[in-house]
Amino acid sequence: MSTDTTSADFKSVIVPPPADSLVLECRKLDFYYGTHQALFGVDLPVKRNAITALIGPSGCGKSTLLRTINRIYDLYPGQRAEGEILLDGENILGPKVDVTSLRARVGMVFQKPTPFPMSIYDNVAYGVRLHQSKSKAEMDELVETSLRRAALWDEVKDKLNKSGLGLSGGQQQRLCVARGIAVNPEVLLLDEPASALDPVSTAKLEDTLEELKRDYTIVIVTHNLQQAARLSDYTGFMFLGKMIEFGPTEEVFVKPKVAKTGEYIGGRFG
Amino acid sequence: MSARAARRQIASQVFVVVCGMATLIALFALGLILYSLLKQGIGGLNLAVFTQDTPGPDSAGGLRNAIVGSIMMCGVGMLIALGVGILAGTWLAEIGGDTPYGHAVRFLNDVLLSAPSILVGLFVYQILVFPGPLSLGTYSGWAGAVALAILATPIVTRTTEDILNLQPNALREAGMALGGSQFITIRRIIWKAAGAGLLTGGLLGFSRISGETAPLLFTSLNNNYLDFNMGHFMGSVPVVMYNFALSPYESWNKLAWAGALLVAAAVLAVNIIGRWMAREQTK
Amino acid sequence: MLEAVFRIRELPETCMTPAPTHKTDPFDPIFRYVAFSAATLLLVTLGGIVMSLVVGGWPALSKFGFGFFTSVDWNPVTDVYGAAGPIVGTIVSAFLALAMALPIAIGIAVFITQFAPRALAQPIAIAVELLAGIPSIVYGMWGLFVFAPWFAKHVQVPLMTTFDSNPEGFWAKMFYGIPNGANLFTASVILAIMILPYMAAVFRELFRSIPPQVREAAFGVGATPFEVVTSVIIPYVQKGMVGVIMLGLGRALGETMAVTFIIGNTHLFPKSLFDSSSTLASTIANEFNEATGMHTAALMSLGLVLFLITFSVLAIARWLLSSQRY
Repeated sequence: MSTDTTSADFKSVIVPPPADSLVLECRKLDFYYGTHQALFGVDLPVKRNAITALIGPSGCGKSTLLRTINRIYDLYPGQRAEGEILLDGENILGPKVDVTSLRARVGMVFQKPTPFPMSIYDNVAYGVRLHQSKSKAEMDELVETSLRRAALWDEVKDKLNKSGLGLSGGQQQRLCVARGIAVNPEVLLLDEPASALDPVSTAKLEDTLEELKRDYTIVIVTHNLQQAARLSDYTGFMFLGKMIEFGPTEEVFVKPKVAKTGEYIGGRFG
Repeated sequence: MSARAARRQIASQVFVVVCGMATLIALFALGLILYSLLKQGIGGLNLAVFTQDTPGPDSAGGLRNAIVGSIMMCGVGMLIALGVGILAGTWLAEIGGDTPYGHAVRFLNDVLLSAPSILVGLFVYQILVFPGPLSLGTYSGWAGAVALAILATPIVTRTTEDILNLQPNALREAGMALGGSQFITIRRIIWKAAGAGLLTGGLLGFSRISGETAPLLFTSLNNNYLDFNMGHFMGSVPVVMYNFALSPYESWNKLAWAGALLVAAAVLAVNIIGRWMAREQTK
Repeated sequence: MLEAVFRIRELPETCMTPAPTHKTDPFDPIFRYVAFSAATLLLVTLGGIVMSLVVGGWPALSKFGFGFFTSVDWNPVTDVYGAAGPIVGTIVSAFLALAMALPIAIGIAVFITQFAPRALAQPIAIAVELLAGIPSIVYGMWGLFVFAPWFAKHVQVPLMTTFDSNPEGFWAKMFYGIPNGANLFTASVILAIMILPYMAAVFRELFRSIPPQVREAAFGVGATPFEVVTSVIIPYVQKGMVGVIMLGLGRALGETMAVTFIIGNTHLFPKSLFDSSSTLASTIANEFNEATGMHTAALMSLGLVLFLITFSVLAIARWLLSSQRY
C-alpha cells in the first residue's frame, strides 16, 4: 500500500451531469453500521437514462451506498443513514417515506441471483401484483416484455410455469433483472451483478443493460474496471467510504483529476 | 400513500402483531409451567431428598435410591451409547457413509432418533426381562441402562457424523500423507480435533435420556431401597415421579415435584453446558 | 431440538477419504470392521424392535384378526381386545395438538427470525430451545396437578352448565364429559405445549437457512414484511416445513408421559371433546406391568400399531427434510 492511505488527504472532485438531467442525488451522505461509520459525506449525482458505475477497492462503501438508495438497510436495526438522498427532488431518507413504494421505484439486483421460490412467470409478476391490479392479458404482456428486455424470453418462453430455481446462474440473474424492471422503476440498482457469472452470461447481461438504459436509469457497482469503462456513462471512484472522484467515464478513466483514482485504475492497488 | 399501499401496510402490521402474540402466548404457557415447577419443587426440596430413600405412604423420606439409580443407569447407558454411537458416526462420516448401505443406516438412525421411547421399553423387556435366550430373567438396572442406551445412541451417532463432517478434508489428507494409517489418522487427528464436539453430542444424549420415563417402566421397574447392584430392580427419579404423582398421598406428590425440579434442572444444566461447548467448538 | 441443532448439513455428505492406505496397517481392517458393526447394530436394533413387537403381539393378532383394529371392546376380564379406541384416541389427540401448536410455532419462528430486534430474538430463541429439552413427564405432571383442575373448574363446568338446558344440542354433546379435567382435549393441550418449543426451534433453524439476499430481494421489489414471509420465506422452505410438521406429529403420536396422566384412560371411542379417551402409548404404559398372557400380547400389538404409524410419519418427515436443498 502506498503511504497516503488516509482518506482525509483527499479532496473529492465531482463533475456532475447537467442539473436538469438528474433523477437521483445523494448529498453529504453518512452511513453507520452501529457505531462504525462506513460512508463519509458522499455525493452522488445520477443522470436519467444513463448508466452510472461505482468502482473502488473492496470495502470502500460502494455496496453500502447502493443499499442506502432503496433503504434496504432498514431491515437491520442499528444501521442508519444521515444526509440527503433526493429522488425527483424528494428526500427519501425522511421519516414519512413509504419504503415499500420507494422500493417499487428503485429496483435492486443483487450480487448472487435471488430468484423467488415460484415459477418463472410468477417471479416476474410478483412485484407487479404487489403494487397494481392487472388483468391476465395485461400481465402476460408485461411478463413477456420484461423477459424480452432482460434478453431471457427466448430461453424461457416454453417453460414459464417451471420454477425459477431451476435456471442456470446467468439465467437466474437475468430473471432478477426482468423482475426488477417489471415494476417499471425509475432507477435500477445492480450490486456486482456479474460477479457470480461466467464470461458468456456476463456479456449477455451487459448487452441487456445497454438496452435498458434507453428506458431506465441504472446504477451499477462493479469490481471489473473494463466493465465499468465499457458500460457506463458516468463513473464514481470510492475509497475508504468517500467519493474520491466522480465524472463522465471517459474523463475518469483517461485523465483522472485525483492521483488516487489514477493509481487504482492503473492497477497500483486494490 | 395510496389506498392499496395503506391496506398492504395494515395487513402487514396486523401480521407482525399476530406473530408477536403467538410468541407471547407460548412464553406465557411455558412460563406458567416453569413457575409451578419452581414453586412446587422448591417446596418439596430439602436435605432428606438426597439422604433418605423413597418412603411409604404418608411418611417422610427422600429420593436417594432413585437418584442413585438414575445416575447409574444413565451413566452405563451413556457409556454404551458413546461407544457404539461414536464408532457408527465415524463409519458414516469416514468410511461407508456414501454407500447405499450407509444411506440406509443414516436414514434409519434418523427414524430411531425420534421413535417413541415406550417402544424401546417394550423391546428391551422382550429381550432382557421376559424369559428367553439373552434374558436376565428379571427387571434390572442393566435392562434400564440398555433401554436408555438405545435412545441415546442415535443422537451420538448423528452428532458424531455431523461434527466429523465439519473437519476439513485437508486434515485427513495431511494425516494420510504422513504415512499414517486410516485408523491412526482418525484416532490421533480427526477424533482429537473433533473432541469437544463429540463430548457435546454425549451431553445432548445424556440430557435426552435423564428424564426418560416410559422405557424404564418395564425394564428397571422400581426399587424402594438403595441398591447398587444393577442386576436387581432399580429405582429411577422419573419412574418414582410417575408413581408418586398418580398417588393420592400428598407427601408422595410433593416428592414427585421435587424430583421433577431435580430432573428439569439437571437437563437444563447439561443442555446449557452442551450448547456452550458447541459454540466454543464452532468459534 | 437435537435435530434442530444438527439438521442442516452445511457440508456435502461426501467428505470421505478413500479406503486404501499408504501403509498397510493390520489394525485398519479391524477398525473398519468394528465401526461397520456399530453402524449395523443400529439397524439390528430397529429390526429387533419390529421383530419383538411382531413376535410379542402375534398371539393377539392371530386370535382377533382384522377385528383387532376395528373393535372398541378392550376387556382384560373377559380377555377380549380391540384396539380401535386407543388408535382413534392417538390420532385425534395428536392432530388436535398439532392444530393448536402449529400456528403458534410458526408465529414464534417468524417473529424471532423476521421481526424481533436481535436483543429480544436471541434470548427467546435460547429459551425456546431449552424448553424443548424439558422431559415430557414434567409437562404431564403440570397437566395433572395444575392445568386439569383449573380447566375443569373454569372452562369445562361453565361450558357444560351453559349448554345444560338442551342436552340433545350439538354443543351439549360436544362438551359432555366427567368434569375432572382429565379428557381428550386437555391431553391434547398438554401435548401441544410439549411439541410447541420443539417445532418452533426447528422452524427457526429452517428459516435461518434461507440466504439473506433472498429476503432482501423480496423487500427490494417493495413487498411488505407480511408479503415477504408468505410469498417468499415460507415457500422457500416448503418441503422442510412439511417435514417439521410430520416430525411434530410423530412426537405427538408417540408421546407417553405427557398424555398418560390426564387422558382418562378409557378404551371407547371418544364421544365428545371433553370425553375421556386413551392412546396407544398411554394404554401400554398403564397396563403393561399388570398384564399377562393374551393381555400382554394385545399390548404388544398396540406397540406394533404405534410403530407402524410413527414409522411412516417419521420416514416421510425425514425424506422431505433431506430432499430440502438450499
